[in-house]
Amino acid sequence: MSVDQHIKLPEGSIEKTTTTLNLGPTHPATHGVFQNILELDGERIVSAEQTVGYIHRAFEKLAERRPLYQITTLTDRLNYCSSPINNMGWHITCEKLLGVKTPKRVDYLRVIIMELSRISDHLICNSVVGVDSGAFTGFLYVMQYRELIYEIYEEVCGSRLTTNMGRIGGFERNFTNAAFEKLEKFLAEYPGVLREFENMFTRNRIFMERTIGAGPISAERALNYGFTGPNLRAAGVDYDVRVHTPYSSYEDFQFEIPVGSTGDCYDRFLVRNGEMWQSLKIIEDAYRKVKEFKGTDADVFHADAPAYYLPEKKDVYTKMEALIWHFKIVMGETEIPPGEVYQSVEGGNGEVGYYLISDGGRTPYRLHFRRPCFIYYQAYSELTKGSMLSDAIITMSSLNLIAGEMDA
Amino acid sequence: MSLTNETIKERLKAKFGDEVSNFEEPYGLLTFEAPKDLNLKIMQFLFDDEELRFQFLTDLCAVHYPGQAGRELAVVYHLHNLTDNIRLRFKVFTAIAQPDVFTATQLYSSANWMERETFDFYGVNFVGHPNLKRILNVDEMTYFPMRKEFPLEDQTRIDKDDAMFGRGPGGVKAGVDGQGHGPVTGQAGPLNTADQGGATSQEMRAGKGSDEL
Repeated sequence: MSVDQHIKLPEGSIEKTTTTLNLGPTHPATHGVFQNILELDGERIVSAEQTVGYIHRAFEKLAERRPLYQITTLTDRLNYCSSPINNMGWHITCEKLLGVKTPKRVDYLRVIIMELSRISDHLICNSVVGVDSGAFTGFLYVMQYRELIYEIYEEVCGSRLTTNMGRIGGFERNFTNAAFEKLEKFLAEYPGVLREFENMFTRNRIFMERTIGAGPISAERALNYGFTGPNLRAAGVDYDVRVHTPYSSYEDFQFEIPVGSTGDCYDRFLVRNGEMWQSLKIIEDAYRKVKEFKGTDADVFHADAPAYYLPEKKDVYTKMEALIWHFKIVMGETEIPPGEVYQSVEGGNGEVGYYLISDGGRTPYRLHFRRPCFIYYQAYSELTKGSMLSDAIITMSSLNLIAGEMDA
Repeated sequence: MSLTNETIKERLKAKFGDEVSNFEEPYGLLTFEAPKDLNLKIMQFLFDDEELRFQFLTDLCAVHYPGQAGRELAVVYHLHNLTDNIRLRFKVFTAIAQPDVFTATQLYSSANWMERETFDFYGVNFVGHPNLKRILNVDEMTYFPMRKEFPLEDQTRIDKDDAMFGRGPGGVKAGVDGQGHGPVTGQAGPLNTADQGGATSQEMRAGKGSDEL
């Protein structure tokens, strides 16, 4: 290992007119493990160079010898602020390859969970933008409601952060009454909280001064840089995977796509807030649709896919066939049909894509994750060039860079 | 939404003739193959054409097929026409001995890191890339880890050094000695075993001796 590669000392430091600042990899302001090497002229940024890969865990390589269910746990750890979206995106990819058709009720339940995750993702991002501009209160205040969302996850799947939620074809069990009660509580209380949160920031003079014009990008450059999700929409492009390539019955829902115009931190903030309102609306619609199922339809929570959906435990103990399926699924001994599939979902940060190639074996031949963070982080040096150091920090948090998603 | 897979296929055929081949539509996504020298020309055509307008690079990655001599590495592009909302996928194959493919960074800024990632894991040399160096792995790495010749560890392998896991002769003896440390891994295997074996047998002899007395 050569000495000069990690911290590059400026050559001839005395004559140099700029300062090199290593922001990260463990700086509190990066909110994740990645590094920015900034060249500063006073407080102005001359150039920024990003280094990623500090928490690279070789997910794509690992996936090549894991059966489908063991890959779900890998997707948790991509964007861990909204892991259920990743889980379900992965299951939808598998269902597409395997030809499993999910019932409507499952789709709606998935929509509820995915929109809850979107809210929790945007909530953290926006409140952290607040923290980085000097307003800590919002962050602490909304944390209660992220907690409530996590409690709903807990009711549904048993875990909170890395959820490993759902199965191919549906959910591991039906939503309990406790889950629905918590959801109702959330739907009743959250609008007030979000309104208060908005009141605190949206027309706040200090916040506006700090964010308007910070880290802007034009629609054309954003598209060229492969931006997706709220960051692209803040630049004025109304591209949303939920609308353009609907999955999980998103075509049954009416909602608006909030767009910005300048692509700066303020627009990104507004777009995320707008999306939270839309997500709330979608959840309410989906919940109403779920309640419309009566009788036996109300007990449907998975598709009929015995080769991929774990049978009920009581059947495993009493029925031969169920025992065989259980064994094959748990041991990963089910062959995946050969095929090539690309499926994407609208994650918290944009288009999360799964490119899966199967050669007929028990594990994918190749699995590639399209990670929105990784793709748009490369624009960071262009976004911050010529701006103040403090703007660079706030740009970083408002892009919602998640190290887990970047490094895979 | 007037643009269909058929139209795209016809336009490509008209422009590039038989150079573009293997048209398929797995799960409705138009997929085709092109010679690697043409990848940039095809992308430029897809980008500039007033009807096609594939101006968004969704994804870029590589796949390794060690069995296909002369075309072991595939670089896969996913493009998206956001105006008409239609996607396509195309692949170029290259020999692993000389994996040179033209870079797409001039057309799509997003290709920069995606190509660096592809280089990092598969060793595809993107000709003309402004900064082709490793991105997720350490710079000192000398191989391309996603290639198929680097298999992940087999869960059922039996050739593990049992001594390292408290099993087998070395590990058991270390416990019997009561010296509180395992076998020294730096030493050559036979010497190590012989050494400890000696110690244990001495102990045993000593124990037997006391019994006899």
